[in-house]
Amino acid sequence: MANVISDETIEYVGILSKLKLDDAQKEQAKKDLEEMLDYIDQLGELDTDGVEPMSHVHPVSNRFREDVVTNGDEREKILKNAPEERDGAFVVPRTFD
Amino acid sequence: MELKQLSALELGKKIAAGEVKVKEAVDAAFAVSDAKEADIHSYITVDKEGAYAAAEKVQQAIDRGELKSPLAGVPVAIKDNMCTEGLLTTCASKILCNFVPTYTATAVEKLEAAGAVILGKTNMDEFAMGSTTETSAYGVTRNPRNTAHVPGGSSGGSAAAVAAEECWYALGSDTGGSIRQPAGYCGVVGIKPTYGTVSRYGLVAYGSSLDQIGPLAKDVSDAAAVLEAISGYDDKDSTSIDRKDTNFTAALKDDVKGVRIGIPRDYFGEGLDSEVAAAVRKAADELKAAGAVVEEFDLALVKYAIPTYYTIADAEASSNLERFDGIKYGYRTEDYTDLHDMYKKTRSEGFGPEVQRRIMLGSFVLSSGYYDAYYLKALKVKALIKQAFDDAFKKYDVILGPVAPTTAPRLGESLSDPMKMYLGDIYTISANLAGIPGVSVPCGKDAGGLPIGMQLFGDCFKEDVIIRTAYTYEKIRGEF
Repeated sequence: MANVISDETIEYVGILSKLKLDDAQKEQAKKDLEEMLDYIDQLGELDTDGVEPMSHVHPVSNRFREDVVTNGDEREKILKNAPEERDGAFVVPRTFD
Repeated sequence: MELKQLSALELGKKIAAGEVKVKEAVDAAFAVSDAKEADIHSYITVDKEGAYAAAEKVQQAIDRGELKSPLAGVPVAIKDNMCTEGLLTTCASKILCNFVPTYTATAVEKLEAAGAVILGKTNMDEFAMGSTTETSAYGVTRNPRNTAHVPGGSSGGSAAAVAAEECWYALGSDTGGSIRQPAGYCGVVGIKPTYGTVSRYGLVAYGSSLDQIGPLAKDVSDAAAVLEAISGYDDKDSTSIDRKDTNFTAALKDDVKGVRIGIPRDYFGEGLDSEVAAAVRKAADELKAAGAVVEEFDLALVKYAIPTYYTIADAEASSNLERFDGIKYGYRTEDYTDLHDMYKKTRSEGFGPEVQRRIMLGSFVLSSGYYDAYYLKALKVKALIKQAFDDAFKKYDVILGPVAPTTAPRLGESLSDPMKMYLGDIYTISANLAGIPGVSVPCGKDAGGLPIGMQLFGDCFKEDVIIRTAYTYEKIRGEF
């Protein structure tokens, strides 16, 4: 069974992935996705009814701790990595008018 | 013998005895790098200033009797996906071209506490996605054993740095074989420990449920000593395990009598190079002659490991890499119209093709309508694969096989066909899915002189038996 990725689907994947794809990249991405999905479809040969999905190999569950700050104020150090900063804050493009 | 030829533990002994100064070791490492980096390119960043400053501090602490670790004063190279405070950390990606972490990864901190001197940050596949170190945004690394070939990946820079004697050992990370496979290609020892053994805090995440940090070293003893130094529970990694049995050097025993070794028949099927098969079988025969009980068996589900892995790893990657948005750190595109345009252009310009490919597949398999059919299905198959290993470890202490189907490919031959590159992970990735430890040990060379690696798996928390088996094999094999 061969997978076919439609224009709409690749558009949607681009949105989910937050990637800007030109037409050539979209065509390549469709081809790559189709090939990988055809390959992944092999998993359909296995009967997994009643199998519990395994996200973690060890039997551990959520670990809770007190919500206590253990590090100091690192604002200046952190902002040094910002592409743009002003008045101790990250600068982002205007998000609404 | 020259300093650069010593093992990490041998150098550590000489430093502890006062026969060698830490600065002399750093000098020796940089002398090699100065001569070889133009050719090999193991490093993205060489930190001479930091290394010499650390060497002085470590030397003083040793002289005061405060540093007793067998690794005190021994210089190390760190894969460039582990955060190092004040030192550029790029993940071999343009998107982190200017990222200087404000903290240090726990595994690296532990090495520093043991007196390690960091020489620099090693090259890798971008975000650890690749098997050849060719997806790096900062140029390829060449295999020191034959520079026409790749060093493997994704920890290719770390493996090459050890093999080229540019450092005495290195840290790598392993999500699907990224320590073991380059170790095999470069003829060094690599260990991926049981999931949760080494803290992932400060390791830039790729597939969080699969990622583990581990050593690349000149021999099994060094690898065990390094693993011992970096292991341990960490509050900052909620998936780290509080295990007490991390005295891995205690397992360095020349004795495999009665060790039950199983060889999966499917690991010697189609696609395996005949020279690799012969070398690995010879190593198994030698272990048998030394008293191990060796037999073949059928490990179930081998062919399903790769599709399961790429579904899960890419799903996790698509989520983990959402944080790279051009706002808090890293690269930001120059021209944009609004916030979303900025996100998209930043990421398309900042990530290379392989990373984008994996983000897209991951986003797709997690999207509504496909989540059950792909992601959930893969998690169920993961459970079956784990069960297959549980069953195997009822009969065997060690599972033995090749590290990779071939020796290191030539440069430039792998990226044109991603699917073919993925298939090369067949023997390594199941260890990450099952969370079990694996060690890669050199066991021969092909006709062209390229190293061949043997891989040993143990059950979860059973590093001791694979370290013991690898150590015994190394004694039989002799100098590599």
